[in-house]
Amino acid sequence: MTEADEKTIQDLRRSGILLTTLEDLYNWGRSNSVWPLQFGLACCAIEMIAASMSRFDIARFGSEVFRPSPRQADLMIVSGTVTKKMAPQVVRLYNQMPEPKYVIAMGACAISGGPFKQGYNVLKGIDRYIPVDVHIPGCPPRPEALLNGLMELQEKIREQNLTGENRPHHLRSDVSGEFPVPEFGACDLEPPSNPAVWTPPEPIREGL
Amino acid sequence: MESAEQLRDRLLAAFPEARVEVLANPAPVAQHSLIIGATHAVQIATLLRDDPDLAFDYASNVTGVDRPDQEIKEKVTVKETVDGEEKEVTKEVTRTEPGYLEAVYHLYSMAKRHGPVILRLRTENRTDKVTLPSLTPVWRSCEFQEREIYDLFGIVFEDHPDLRRLLMWDDFEGHPMRKDYVEPDDYEWEPTPHDAVLIKAKRPADGEEAAPLAP
Amino acid sequence: MIPGVSIEEKTDPLQGQILEVSMGPHHPSTHGVFRMDVKLDGERIVSLKPVFGYLHRNHEKIAEDVSYLGSIPYTDRLDYLCSLTNNWAYCLAVEKLSGFEIPERAEYIRVIVGELTRLVNHTCLMGFFVQDLGAMGTPLMYAFREREKILDLFEGLTGARMMCNYMRFGGVRCDLPVGWIDEVKKVIAAFPRFLDEFESLLTQNEILIARAQGVGVLSKELAINAGITGPCLRASGVGHDLRKVDAYSIYSRFDFKVPIGAHGDCYDRFMIRLLEMRESLKILDQAIAALPSGQIIDPKAKSRGLRPKAGEAYGRIEAPKGELGFYLISEGGPSPYRYRVRPPSLINLTVLEDMCLGGTVADAIATLGSIDIVLGEVDR
Ligand code: SF4
Repeated sequence: MTEADEKTIQDLRRSGILLTTLEDLYNWGRSNSVWPLQFGLACCAIEMIAASMSRFDIARFGSEVFRPSPRQADLMIVSGTVTKKMAPQVVRLYNQMPEPKYVIAMGACAISGGPFKQGYNVLKGIDRYIPVDVHIPGCPPRPEALLNGLMELQEKIREQNLTGENRPHHLRSDVSGEFPVPEFGACDLEPPSNPAVWTPPEPIREGL
Repeated sequence: MESAEQLRDRLLAAFPEARVEVLANPAPVAQHSLIIGATHAVQIATLLRDDPDLAFDYASNVTGVDRPDQEIKEKVTVKETVDGEEKEVTKEVTRTEPGYLEAVYHLYSMAKRHGPVILRLRTENRTDKVTLPSLTPVWRSCEFQEREIYDLFGIVFEDHPDLRRLLMWDDFEGHPMRKDYVEPDDYEWEPTPHDAVLIKAKRPADGEEAAPLAP
Repeated sequence: MIPGVSIEEKTDPLQGQILEVSMGPHHPSTHGVFRMDVKLDGERIVSLKPVFGYLHRNHEKIAEDVSYLGSIPYTDRLDYLCSLTNNWAYCLAVEKLSGFEIPERAEYIRVIVGELTRLVNHTCLMGFFVQDLGAMGTPLMYAFREREKILDLFEGLTGARMMCNYMRFGGVRCDLPVGWIDEVKKVIAAFPRFLDEFESLLTQNEILIARAQGVGVLSKELAINAGITGPCLRASGVGHDLRKVDAYSIYSRFDFKVPIGAHGDCYDRFMIRLLEMRESLKILDQAIAALPSGQIIDPKAKSRGLRPKAGEAYGRIEAPKGELGFYLISEGGPSPYRYRVRPPSLINLTVLEDMCLGGTVADAIATLGSIDIVLGEVDR
């Protein structure tokens, strides 16, 4: 197909002819039926439920089908504080999700530990173990913010190519969607982070 | 309801060998508490529950308190013989007040609608003699709360039906609610702006030299 | 081999096998990250051990490190459905510790927002409960529709939907905005209609009755001994409501009843909440009618840099889930020496095993739903 310019496409659409690429069509379908895992961790989960209820109605974006089983889900919304005791289960659930899979870190806690960062049992950000696609700040983020985050994710999905470096994981054989599950250690998780996805910055201790 | 002193006298009348002391609470609410010796704790608790005048049928809040060893500096006057002459000398001595762990029980009565009576049980020290009798056989509501104290403070409750860690995982080491618990070091700790927290924030990393504290 | 499932051979081959199932911490029918280790003989539960700690966020340890004032936002996040009553309980404990007086108007405002919080909590709980019974979606949608109306009120008053951070030692943070009371009146005038609708939809429902009546029975004696509080206790026939017993704040001025159940089963626990909401509406009406003008915070009270004199205090209120208490020990420092939350949700779970033994897994789900737990408070 030769490159059709935007104006021709719009003209054709007005007369009832839809001209698109397979890639666009494929991503359009994928991005508008992102099924989240029914998975709540803490306070933010209540706002996630509120987003799926009548007032905010996440169904407008095709994501109302909350799946109880990770095997049927495309999206994991990490909504709330991930404690060290819970982190292995979160990673295990992520591993059980089929490709292509995406992660939204919802709320300050999932991003960095949030208000509970100083706690001895709080994981300081889920991105220490699994890759996160969209971060939504807030404590808790309003349901509108979650919807915005979901739209960002849809945008991200639409931009993925079916070929080349940027193609989604399910079309590549060279990457694995499984991440090592941390183990319980004497007073922390072993290892405290997954070096493949996250490296700790150098501690800055001056000026305190 | 009876005052703490009356209650102490009543308990001492029933158990003359028991240790029962009143610990005054200077706060405006004046909820005074009773320090109970571990040997008679279960009998005293049963009496408090079953006596028809007291009827403390409901143990509301059970918690632990950690009191680490304290260094106390005080001035003492001693008689000394200096050059054959007896003199009174004031000296500053440091003595260490031994620390202990404490379990605190808040009791109320649903039948009589009075309370609280506060019981305090103390362990002998913080290291090896940390057993206390469990009051779960008297009040079921202590079950999870005593497990929590065992988990976070390290008090071992004898005769508890199911003494396991409640909140942390089973292989966890240490008791995190103790005052001297040191968390695993993380580059991301955040200082809060006062006193002990600030000092902790300035704690050097392993192998580094201690940063001088700001005046 | 399915993870979390193991089979144990019994000695008598005719008796079959005991199946050990670990339900949770991610399970669609647990209210958050809660886990139950269940042993099943056929479909009957022979042992059920709750496992906690998956949301243990070290609230108490952090509170012993920050100032008294700095703990108020953390209390919001304990029981995240009822942040305002959590604030209230904590402020009450600090007020007892340092002897602040609360002005009349502040007390009224506290009662109004407290009872609104009770409405929010009970509506949500009923939605979640019937969802656990299998009514996916619809009742929960109704409940959340009503919740949003009250959350809008909270947002107008405090600026936040869920985490209100509104009360202060000796009063409240800011006065009511202009027109707010009128909005409250509108919401509570419309509320009985929702309750009627919910009641006619559910209370006579065949399935609800079959799933809830006679399930998860809790006896009065066990309930008292195990320290159960709140609607669960009252459903077992004990008329213990701290609003009457302690008459804290100004609750002695209002005319309201304490509903009591007769059977202690899931159905009673469900109905008690429905009735309590009607009583809360009565209190709201009276409080709004009598709302005085005046100060909203004790001028002597100090929020920033508060250093109460050495001593200790235990303050408790009737939160929607039961007796929420805060135990504070001060050594005169800027943060409490010991800070302890008495979590009603955790203690109400003490009897979960007793209530579920001999029942089926489906009954255990219903029982758990009717106890009303929030994991933020269970694990803190
Ligand atoms: S970010 Fe805030 S609201 Fe969300 S889970 Fe953490 S504490 Fe709760």
